[in-house]
Amino acid sequence: MKRALAGLVGLSFVLAAALWWLNVRGDGDMQAAPVAVNRATLIERGAYLARAGNCQDCHTPRGAAPYSGGRGIPTPFGTVYSSNLTPDAATGIGAWTAAEFRRALHNGRSRDGRLLYPAFPYDNYTRIGAEDADALFAFLRSLPAAVQPNRPHALRFPYDTQLALAVWRALYFRPGRFEPQAMQSADWNRGAYLVQGLGHCSACHAGRNALGATRDPAALAGGLIPLQNWYAPSLGAQSPQPVAALLQRGVSDSAALLGPMAEVVLHSTQHLRQPDLSAMAAYLQSLPQVEAPHARAAVPTPTQLQRGASLYETRCAHCHGDDGQGRSRAYVPLAGNRALQRDPPANLVQVVLGGAFAASTAGNPRPFGMPPFATELSDEDVAAVLSYVRNAWGNRATAVQALDVQRWRSSVRP
Amino acid sequence: MLWLAATAAAAGPAFEDTMAQRLLACTGCHGKDGRAASDGYYPRIAGKPAAYLFRQLRAFRDGQRPYALMANLLAPLDDAYLQDIASHFATLKLPYAAPPPSRVDAATLRQGRTLAQQGDAARGIPACQACHGRALSGVGAHVPGLLGLPVDYLNAQLGAWRTGARRAEAPDCMAQIAQRLQPQDVNALAHWLAAQPVPAQPISEAPGPAPLRCGSMDGPR
Repeated sequence: MKRALAGLVGLSFVLAAALWWLNVRGDGDMQAAPVAVNRATLIERGAYLARAGNCQDCHTPRGAAPYSGGRGIPTPFGTVYSSNLTPDAATGIGAWTAAEFRRALHNGRSRDGRLLYPAFPYDNYTRIGAEDADALFAFLRSLPAAVQPNRPHALRFPYDTQLALAVWRALYFRPGRFEPQAMQSADWNRGAYLVQGLGHCSACHAGRNALGATRDPAALAGGLIPLQNWYAPSLGAQSPQPVAALLQRGVSDSAALLGPMAEVVLHSTQHLRQPDLSAMAAYLQSLPQVEAPHARAAVPTPTQLQRGASLYETRCAHCHGDDGQGRSRAYVPLAGNRALQRDPPANLVQVVLGGAFAASTAGNPRPFGMPPFATELSDEDVAAVLSYVRNAWGNRATAVQALDVQRWRSSVRP
Repeated sequence: MLWLAATAAAAGPAFEDTMAQRLLACTGCHGKDGRAASDGYYPRIAGKPAAYLFRQLRAFRDGQRPYALMANLLAPLDDAYLQDIASHFATLKLPYAAPPPSRVDAATLRQGRTLAQQGDAARGIPACQACHGRALSGVGAHVPGLLGLPVDYLNAQLGAWRTGARRAEAPDCMAQIAQRLQPQDVNALAHWLAAQPVPAQPISEAPGPAPLRCGSMDGPR
């Protein structure tokens, strides 16, 4: 009995030690001096990288001082609030060292050693090179200081404990670094570095498991964004040229980036240099294309299609055309549109209910808008018109159900 | 997120490459030309001052005026486009249909008229006219007109000013005034304002200096 107890105590020590080790490995050299480069150059580089990472979007509540933190990120476990990244010594990162900042990016630990929540995508940022980390730090330190105490997260038990976070990290987080592939071109490697690291595309474009960990982040096979109910599709096997142009302009003759991705275009991708956009596109092209499995094979009924057709004629045809042909540079064509026929049809429901503008960009400063129909069309109407456009003009897809519309109608956008 | 990739981009029939065409997203709710139907909830936006409209668009996008539909719709748009949208609707000077007959009694309407034209000095409530102009049709670039708006919209806005759900830059004069109003004052004002015809010739001047300082009249920041 005594021996069993001693064994148990010993085992808990070993487990605790393993858990501790799993959480501090990857801290890096905390005494390391920052890379010595001309400061102005470093700040400029950091400003560009911060755009590439779209840091400002999460770290700035709507209408507040840039990077002052406090924007709520809704998750299935509660709300995580972003932190103040301005150089205020008391409430921001004014007292941080470059090594502490690197550790936060690479190993998800705060200045005081606390474990950070992975809503801050350090499982991506662990791939950011040391020089880029220092450039980001220099840029953030150059911002005007904003006095804004960090807001405590509003997470449910047990997700609000450091122990739960330590276990989560032991299960799902591996500190790492970006390893260039010698077999691939420099372009491909640059694209992979941006997509997997700063760009943190997998935060939305990979599905998440029940504990919020991304599933196979490298594959970018697509996933439904929790609570927001927009579907971030598979990014593989897209032709690179249109993708680079789309990330820069926000729209093309046959496509438009809408919803949360339009905000990414506005704040981030439209500002990236052409070679970086091409590199990202080249990397994405090399990924396999994954079609989401059909949850069910519901076929629209003739009544639903008839109702959809008459709604289309009165509400949609004016812009999208009698034959779903769209209008060049204004309204995307619906006939032959792959995104329209994808499952789940969450984005279509969001666009019909809430309306949409593409991002205003240098290449498309005054985008054409689609009106919201949330107040005008019932769940059945929305399901009918979407089922119709998904099965007209040669399109073929499953029926949209009124239940889907109802489920996605009340979505949370941060 | 909507990764639309069609095989063929067909040349559609000619359409007008205009702001009105671009802003069909707005006129779906705010009415043809932004004129709004008098029986609905959504306010008219046509002919309101450009600076006022721009400020409201930015407030919706940036969360000072909480309304998810507007916030999400405007989220991907930059300030330059919001300015263009504001200017477009501001330049539309359109004739208005006569207001719908009021559904409340004459005493309520009288109370509304008194508050709008004279205010209530004892409670520190200035007349609406003092800032919004003799004809209540707005003053300058920042102060909106109060006529041609649906009663439900007016009620909701005055209520939102009272509760703090709608805010403006400090000093937030409308919040101060609305907090001095009782629910029955709000109701009376909303009904009287909604029953007034929009003047064909708006009188864009205030009778005197503004009774309160308003952050929203200091120009854009």
